[in-house]
Amino acid sequence: MNATVLLTTLLATPESGSQGFDLGKMMAIIIASIFVNNFVLSRFLGICPFLGVSKQLDSAVGMGAAVIFVMTLATLGSWTVYNLLLVPMGLSYLRTIAFILIIASLVQLVEMILQKFSPALYKALGIFLPLITTNCAILGVAVLNIDEKYSLGYSLVNAIAAGIGFTLALVLMAGLRQKLELADVPPALKGKPVAFLVAGLMSIAFLGFAGLGG
Amino acid sequence: MSLVKDLTNGIYRENPVFKLALGMCPFLAVTTSVENALGMGAAATFVLICSNFLVSLFRNLIPSKVRIPCYIVIIATFVTLVDMVMNAYLPDLHKSLGIFIPLIVVNCIILGRAEGYANRHPVINSVADAIGMGIGFTMAMVILASFRELLGNGTWLNMNVLGTAYQNQPLLIAILAPGAFILLGFILGFFNILEKRKGGGQ
Repeated sequence: MNATVLLTTLLATPESGSQGFDLGKMMAIIIASIFVNNFVLSRFLGICPFLGVSKQLDSAVGMGAAVIFVMTLATLGSWTVYNLLLVPMGLSYLRTIAFILIIASLVQLVEMILQKFSPALYKALGIFLPLITTNCAILGVAVLNIDEKYSLGYSLVNAIAAGIGFTLALVLMAGLRQKLELADVPPALKGKPVAFLVAGLMSIAFLGFAGLGG
Repeated sequence: MSLVKDLTNGIYRENPVFKLALGMCPFLAVTTSVENALGMGAAATFVLICSNFLVSLFRNLIPSKVRIPCYIVIIATFVTLVDMVMNAYLPDLHKSLGIFIPLIVVNCIILGRAEGYANRHPVINSVADAIGMGIGFTMAMVILASFRELLGNGTWLNMNVLGTAYQNQPLLIAILAPGAFILLGFILGFFNILEKRKGGGQ
């Protein structure tokens, strides 16, 4: 396959043939993934880290960065394998198995590379990386991109935007929970219950974005 | 005796959702109606039973260093099976559960039971544990879904309960995303009170 053919394959949606780079559609995807269909607050993906790592602002930022990073790489890997390997060979039913293996090995690889070449970054992200394999937001974005039949460009944009949306929700939640430490919460609601109530109120706020970006 | 204990363990004492807070994502996402909750519960229970059975059967064969990837492949195989069967025979349910069927793979309950129970207990006990956990998960989902469907749509399992007058102006937020968070918060709070009562009585 020569370079031009490869490029057009990568930029085209698998279904509708070649489709240019539409800035309007790209903005719509970005706004939809960050605000309207926020991964945590409206799609319910990645709830476990959202509750588990949102007690401290620093760790929330670290987790968010790690998720954006892995999400982008996982989308690149899963999209390529699905459209250039599984579909041509008629093996698209292996999607779920292939994706989870890609994500698991990718996380392992990123962990090893970071440990070797960037100990500082490894120290910052290290403890979050193993947790990410079972973060359903990563597998979720990979599957969503295939279901929506996005081209590789749109898929990557969608992945980055979804990661930013996740980080936004996580950081906001961490800020609220730090305030909550000092609040007088009824004893029965202490801990998880009040965290869910706060998440619910945030989710109501995010409902206000409905209709934006189409 | 211990078999009964394994079976009932997941239903209340170690209920995966209310007590262990596992499997939150599908739990919050598919509880918009009781029908969806039952469908998701059935799918997850099937995968749980099959994966616990196989993991327990091969527990002495799988090298402990690569056990997690092995478990994930076992789980993903059954998830793919459920995905295809549901797509063929229950296309409506498949559509409304959508992305959460492939996401059963990363449901922490299933991997958690494989790692925490099935890899060191005999096959029969593991299957009993899976059935109990599956029932516990399904029950928890049905409880939340009942509240959400009743408040948000005035129906229960598609049967009209609260009358058409209510249906014209339902509490729509219960069925939208915030309703799931808020109602779950109150349910968990209720369980906290229940625990405290029990502790105080003893």
